[in-house]
Amino acid sequence: MFDWPVVLAALPDFFRGLRVTLILLAIALATGFVLSIPLAMARVSKNKWLSMPVFVFTYIIRGTPLLVQMFMVYHGLAQFEWMRQSAVWFLFKDAWFCAWLVFSISTTAYTTEIFAGALRQTPSGELEAAQSLGMTKLQIYARILWPGALRRALPQYSNEVVGLMHATAVASTVTLVEITRVARDVYYNHLSVTDSFGVAAVFYFVLTFTVVGIFKLLEKRYLKHLNRKISGPVPAR
Amino acid sequence: MILHGYLPAILGGLKSTLSVAALSLLVACVFGLLGAAAKLSESRVAHWIADIYTTLIRGVPELLLMLLLFYGGQITINNLADRQGWGYIDINPFMAGVLVLGFIFGAYLTETFRAAILAIPQGQIEAGHAYGLRPLQVFSRIVLPQMIRHAIPGFTNNWLIMVKATALVSIIGLDDMVHRASLAASATREPFTFYATIAVVYLAITTVSLVCLHLVQKRFSLGVRKVDF
Repeated sequence: MFDWPVVLAALPDFFRGLRVTLILLAIALATGFVLSIPLAMARVSKNKWLSMPVFVFTYIIRGTPLLVQMFMVYHGLAQFEWMRQSAVWFLFKDAWFCAWLVFSISTTAYTTEIFAGALRQTPSGELEAAQSLGMTKLQIYARILWPGALRRALPQYSNEVVGLMHATAVASTVTLVEITRVARDVYYNHLSVTDSFGVAAVFYFVLTFTVVGIFKLLEKRYLKHLNRKISGPVPAR
Repeated sequence: MILHGYLPAILGGLKSTLSVAALSLLVACVFGLLGAAAKLSESRVAHWIADIYTTLIRGVPELLLMLLLFYGGQITINNLADRQGWGYIDINPFMAGVLVLGFIFGAYLTETFRAAILAIPQGQIEAGHAYGLRPLQVFSRIVLPQMIRHAIPGFTNNWLIMVKATALVSIIGLDDMVHRASLAASATREPFTFYATIAVVYLAITTVSLVCLHLVQKRFSLGVRKVDF
């Protein structure tokens, strides 16, 4: 099935690609997680001026293809003279920066909705008990709401991590040499599907089930009291 | 002039975007129903094949699967054609896109349909058999009408993801909205305008789909009492 000399020769490139995929995943995931915490709080807020803009943001990002978002930022922004004259242009010229920006915005939108959903599922008794003890709003979030919500969000968040990892394949369209790009290059050089896309599929497969495995352990640790079934990954965008 | 006169071209691309999405949904439903049937059947081999199918598809990015199945399919078919002496067959990206997307999202719909079928009380299916209905009649008269209600949320999600996934088919050469937009973008040197335009069109498709599926959901939930908190 595999032409081993070709595969072995390409393997260092695949591992370099793996590194790029993992870095993209890590930086976007970290940014998305940090931004989603305040945004999810705004999303569940009773104040329409806080919740509406966040809803519009997540709706737009989740309603448009990631590929189009990527093209808009990486190819699109060069259209504007003021953009090319601006001080930050050197950043937007860079594929790494654009990929980080687009993936971060995308995962922020999805994660915000996941976290907001988990916050809404908080049993009202917990909130009332905290209020009756005289905790401030921030204390309630930090001590009661988030510890519960982040636990409840784990299964869906693991889907998001897998989804984002698969979404990084889109970076191959803006010159970043991650796993999918390496596979395409190997394919064009050797015209062998298994040695190129097949090997890449194995890499993604192992990555996916590593992520799923890590989250299963986390769920075992943090959702022990629920003893619930663990769900599998969902499609990327 | 609006979009330098490229609007009709973009809307022409919308036609192939929507037809690929709709046809792949059809193919995905077939694979999904087959997969769900296999997962719920008593045959261990069928179970095993369906498990491999859904696990493999969910472990690999759509873009890579698309490249794998597109180039792999092309080579396989041409090897076959070569042996049969049919000459070179060029696979058109439209059919390839439909089959590949259908095959990929069939795996996700397998889970949706399986859960929807499991949500129907077993007693109803047994009652159907007891009345002497044939298996196909049980499916079409008892299972199908009720599973639609349970399947709609998962179905909606998959449809929305699939519409967006058609954008990836432009990479294997489908002449869809994204492809048209990139042609217009390089001709006019206004890429942002065109990519933003198609982003708005995708958003409109999402909005219309959500509204329509909400209506379908209401129609199929007519006999169901709502829990009032």
